[in-house]
Amino acid sequence: MQCYRDMPEFIAQQMTNLGAEVYYHEFLPQSKHFHPLKFFTSTASSMAVKPNGTYANFGINTIGIIRAPRGDGKEAIVLVTPYNSQRVQSNELLSLALGFSVFSLLSRATWLSKDIVWLSADSQFGEYAAVSAWLNQYHNPMFLSHPVILDTKMYGANKIIYGPDGTTEKADHMSFKRAGTMAAALIFKVGETRKYGDRDSVTMYAEASNGQMPNLDLLNVVHYLAVHRQGFRVNIETFSSLLSSSWLKVIAEVFQNLGSVLRKINPDWKLDVTVPDYVEGTANLANSMYNQALGVPTGSHGAFRDYQVDAVSLEYSPAFHLRNENAKSSFLLRGGRLTEGVVRSVNNLLEKFHQSFFLYFLAAPSKFISVGVYMIPFALLLAPLPVVASALADDSKAKGKSVDDCKTRGDADDLQIRGGSWKWLKSARVLLVIQIWAVLVSLLPYYISQIPSAMAIQYAVIWAVLSIIILIALYAMFGSPYCAGVEWKLLKATMITSITIGLGLMSIINFATAQLGALILIPMCLFSLPLKVQLEMKLLPRTVLLASNILLTVLGFPPAAFLIMKGLSKGSWTLDIGEFWSWMEFLWEWSSATYLYLFLVHLPCWLLCIHVLLHPCHPPESKVKQE
Amino acid sequence: MAPPLSPPALRRLLLLVLSLLITSVAAENVEEFTEELLLRPLPDRKALAHFHFRSSAPPSAAPSRHHHHFPKAIAQLVHQFHIKELELSFTQGRWNYEQWGGYDPMSTNYAKPPGVELWATFDLPLGEIDATWKNLTHTLSGLFCASINFLESSTAFSSPRWGFKLNEGNLRYGALPREAVCTENLTPWLKLLPCRDKAGIASLLYRPSVYKGYYHSQKLKLASSKSFGIILDQTLTVVLQPDSVRGKQLHSADGQLQPSWSMKDLFNRKLSGKCLVSKSSRVFFEIEKNIVDKVDKSGTEASWTNEIFVLSSAPDRVLKEINNMDGHSSSICEYDVSNYNEDAPLDVGVTWKLPLIWSCTPAPYHANRFLMGSGNERGSISLSFISTNMHKQLFDVSNDCSIKAVVFQVVPWYVKVYYHTLEIFIDGNNKAISEVVDKINVTPSEDKLFPGTLEMLLRFPCSMQSAALSLDFDKGFLHIDEYPPDANQGFDIPSALVTFPEFNSSRSYPETDSLFVSPLLRTFKEDGVVKSYTEVLLVPLTTPDFSMPYNVITFTCTVLALYFGSLLNALRRRTGEEERELKKAAGKRGLIPLLIAKLRRRKVDPVPPGSSPASVLSSKLLLKVVFVVVVAVAFHHFSNS
Repeated sequence: MQCYRDMPEFIAQQMTNLGAEVYYHEFLPQSKHFHPLKFFTSTASSMAVKPNGTYANFGINTIGIIRAPRGDGKEAIVLVTPYNSQRVQSNELLSLALGFSVFSLLSRATWLSKDIVWLSADSQFGEYAAVSAWLNQYHNPMFLSHPVILDTKMYGANKIIYGPDGTTEKADHMSFKRAGTMAAALIFKVGETRKYGDRDSVTMYAEASNGQMPNLDLLNVVHYLAVHRQGFRVNIETFSSLLSSSWLKVIAEVFQNLGSVLRKINPDWKLDVTVPDYVEGTANLANSMYNQALGVPTGSHGAFRDYQVDAVSLEYSPAFHLRNENAKSSFLLRGGRLTEGVVRSVNNLLEKFHQSFFLYFLAAPSKFISVGVYMIPFALLLAPLPVVASALADDSKAKGKSVDDCKTRGDADDLQIRGGSWKWLKSARVLLVIQIWAVLVSLLPYYISQIPSAMAIQYAVIWAVLSIIILIALYAMFGSPYCAGVEWKLLKATMITSITIGLGLMSIINFATAQLGALILIPMCLFSLPLKVQLEMKLLPRTVLLASNILLTVLGFPPAAFLIMKGLSKGSWTLDIGEFWSWMEFLWEWSSATYLYLFLVHLPCWLLCIHVLLHPCHPPESKVKQE
Repeated sequence: MAPPLSPPALRRLLLLVLSLLITSVAAENVEEFTEELLLRPLPDRKALAHFHFRSSAPPSAAPSRHHHHFPKAIAQLVHQFHIKELELSFTQGRWNYEQWGGYDPMSTNYAKPPGVELWATFDLPLGEIDATWKNLTHTLSGLFCASINFLESSTAFSSPRWGFKLNEGNLRYGALPREAVCTENLTPWLKLLPCRDKAGIASLLYRPSVYKGYYHSQKLKLASSKSFGIILDQTLTVVLQPDSVRGKQLHSADGQLQPSWSMKDLFNRKLSGKCLVSKSSRVFFEIEKNIVDKVDKSGTEASWTNEIFVLSSAPDRVLKEINNMDGHSSSICEYDVSNYNEDAPLDVGVTWKLPLIWSCTPAPYHANRFLMGSGNERGSISLSFISTNMHKQLFDVSNDCSIKAVVFQVVPWYVKVYYHTLEIFIDGNNKAISEVVDKINVTPSEDKLFPGTLEMLLRFPCSMQSAALSLDFDKGFLHIDEYPPDANQGFDIPSALVTFPEFNSSRSYPETDSLFVSPLLRTFKEDGVVKSYTEVLLVPLTTPDFSMPYNVITFTCTVLALYFGSLLNALRRRTGEEERELKKAAGKRGLIPLLIAKLRRRKVDPVPPGSSPASVLSSKLLLKVVFVVVVAVAFHHFSNS
């Protein structure tokens, strides 16, 4: 272990030689925590985890700061190069070399107006952990500590780093230094895989937690400089399975033909999209939407976004072999120029990037779909729901009245109280019970995950069994929805109202989740009709309705949706409940709001939908008859 | 008791008394101007140059008196506003307290916060001071081509009682951290000098090299009293990276060696004579205490030439600091500019023979200030002190000794500091405020009226390694016209000032010339309480989308236009009249529509009379439109292909 310890020391030495201020930041790996609500609360309270006990294993970030010669030190630009201090790969060495060359250039720059911070993040516990630990210390430092205990226990290995006589230097290197408000951050690394092609390529990652994106201008700057100045090929993440899908190609051809016909009519209408463009754009867009909807950051830039700092990750994929020295130096030159260009662009900003470019989906590195465009389909999906709900409620009221008319006058008053205008209260109670169930189900993993040393599949089974038990228990306590005699129309109206509210709220927190959820939920809710009612219909509409009901209900069940999604993207259709558990674990560890959405909006709605489908329709009327 | 004086000594004493009398008499009547330049190598391969110009005017009864070379604008300003003391500084860049020292007269007096800082004490009744301050800011703004007038608003200045400088409530303090400093501020400053930058030491001020520096602080200090008249000190402190012999900047990566430099490298000029009206014109080359230490260790005496470095020319005089603490003290080599001329210009410089690494004496604590938290809602200001362990060398550290520190901080009103949230951590332990704070004076901010001022006297235990203070704040909302032009960058909190009253950085040098004491060395001697300014902070505040009003206006206009258009249309229309017209038209129509209309009217009587011709009309219109479109498309298609 000792031989790897000199890596931070070496980097620190190089930084010192450049005249930069250097310090080490030591951090502990973060343990897994169930905190799905973290994004609501402030980060300070939940992140302040006190280290207790001894830790043999801790990461060391090495940070260098160049003070802008004539700047006032109010703002800083952060450069991040992650590397694994335990096992340094040649590609990581290359990214450190790139970081160093840029840093050394900037240390001579007289044009700087913002300070430059170079964070060489120790990614032995993952790069996100390293960067977020540093950012947390930067923004929410803990003054309350027990330095003596910590020094002896945790930093026992320091002597190896600083040498026997470096006591004063150690104190200097251990004090945390800051450089003002962060203006932007750029994370760059060299990928492991070598991509064969004529040009080196750069992959941009931008999605932060809960679908937050950095300012689009930052991406545009990177893209422009990389493509038009340095000759890189710029990619964004994409669904490769969509690229080869034949049905997408068919759609693309239809669009292309349509476009070319339109173009013949008027050459000014540039509506034709070529097939490869369309397919690539769709695959990119789908990935962008998926990443935003998942709510999990795609890299360490997500840690910056939590502090409202624009950040983008660049992963270089060199087209050369890493042992090729000439290619390496040319790569360092171009990569360095790209980084310098981005730093210059941010440095020269007096204000910030324009405030309005945060909501977008990326369809290509240089193409985006703005909020003004993508809001429309969602609004159109959501707009009819209140109308449908009120229509259903009205319908049921009218029906209730007609029932009343049949009855004798004496019973009418009694019915008015029990059934009449307050009938919706019953369905609201059903909704409430189901919501309580959903909250309990969403909180269960906290307790289940306390069970030590179990397989993921065991956790998942416990979870499923417990949730079914809770549902049955709740029904036993409050009565099942069918016994209470709730009309299916009112139940459906309540369900539609609840998803309108749920989706509306979610669209504020994470738009992509709400949009993708709406695509499944809204048809599922609108199509749902009790099977018994369906029996009274004609054959053709009945089969169509039944098929769509079954399909949508299966799609709407989260584990089934997960399986289908996995099957579509990876092509493996093996059923493994444990994977669902680990997926959920992944979501709450990253404090994604999608987890909450799934269990507080999606799941109750799905259950209500099942209730509507299996509604016996007649019991309330038969009860009336009995009376 | 006193030993009998020998005749030569007696004569000398007599001469001294006489000369002193003469000078004092002369000082009362004659305006004086002195120019001085101090050069000093810095540990991080840079060089410090400090220009010091002093003009003094004797006290006079009439304000409109003619002056020989004392700037009349300044004299009038002093008389007009009854200024006792005034200090105005324009600074670009930050003083690096760790590398360039924090415990010498230069850093305590001439290290200033970025931007503009202005303070003044007035010789006026307390009620008139605020109004006078406002006028003063406008006058200075005009004099120095800077937006000092922004300090006029009562939200921008404060009146500290003891945190900044002890006073009787007649001191006003204001700072503009965002003010950009450039040549436009230097030119009016130079105009106050009798020779401007045409002759004398000021001729070294070659703008490209001065503004290329790492730190640039131009200061104007005024003091006036009935007894000595007005004294105007103009100083310019620059930290430069000397161009090395090879013509390119020596970079750390090129090797650890200190660069050898001279005035020619720093300013691209040589000094060819003094400003003729100046009483004295000198250049000093200061050799830091730590360098003297190292030189002494090498075995040679630290004069202008030794084993480690050599100065480019022999100084006229070498002054040693009077220091009774320990043996080592800094020394100053003095050059009299009047001995040099065009043919033999003065070019003071240093050539290093051996690589030397030294460090400057730091202040007892490094003070840093930073913001905590994120988001647009709230945050905290934190002030951290990290011990440099300097006082351990100076004092005998016993257990119950303590070090005083005074914190002075002005916070604009839109950063609403909750002073009760003050927390103090010493070495990681939360301490009760009463344990650490000896004296505190808080002037809470008032929205859109006054900034918040915090003056605090702290007492730290000597054994303390680090301390942190934190204050929570809420971010306020501004009215739309209170936003500055570049509001999206954020808002500045001016630098805080930390003073260590128990530490004095003053240095005294022996007075060799009884007739004349250098004003520069005199300032080194007086008022040397160790001070350090912290960083300026940038608080991101919620800023409205300033293009929003435009969007709203266009949107509302569209809606209004649509609404009024349709309303007007509905009001203007006379439906009865139109129906009659239509009927008439239908009556005049051809035979077939008439027939159809008649047929229909016979068949279904209750059909409203206007509807059937209209429907016929619309279907006809539709047909026509479809026909035209088809023709157009066909024409276009064929014409293209």
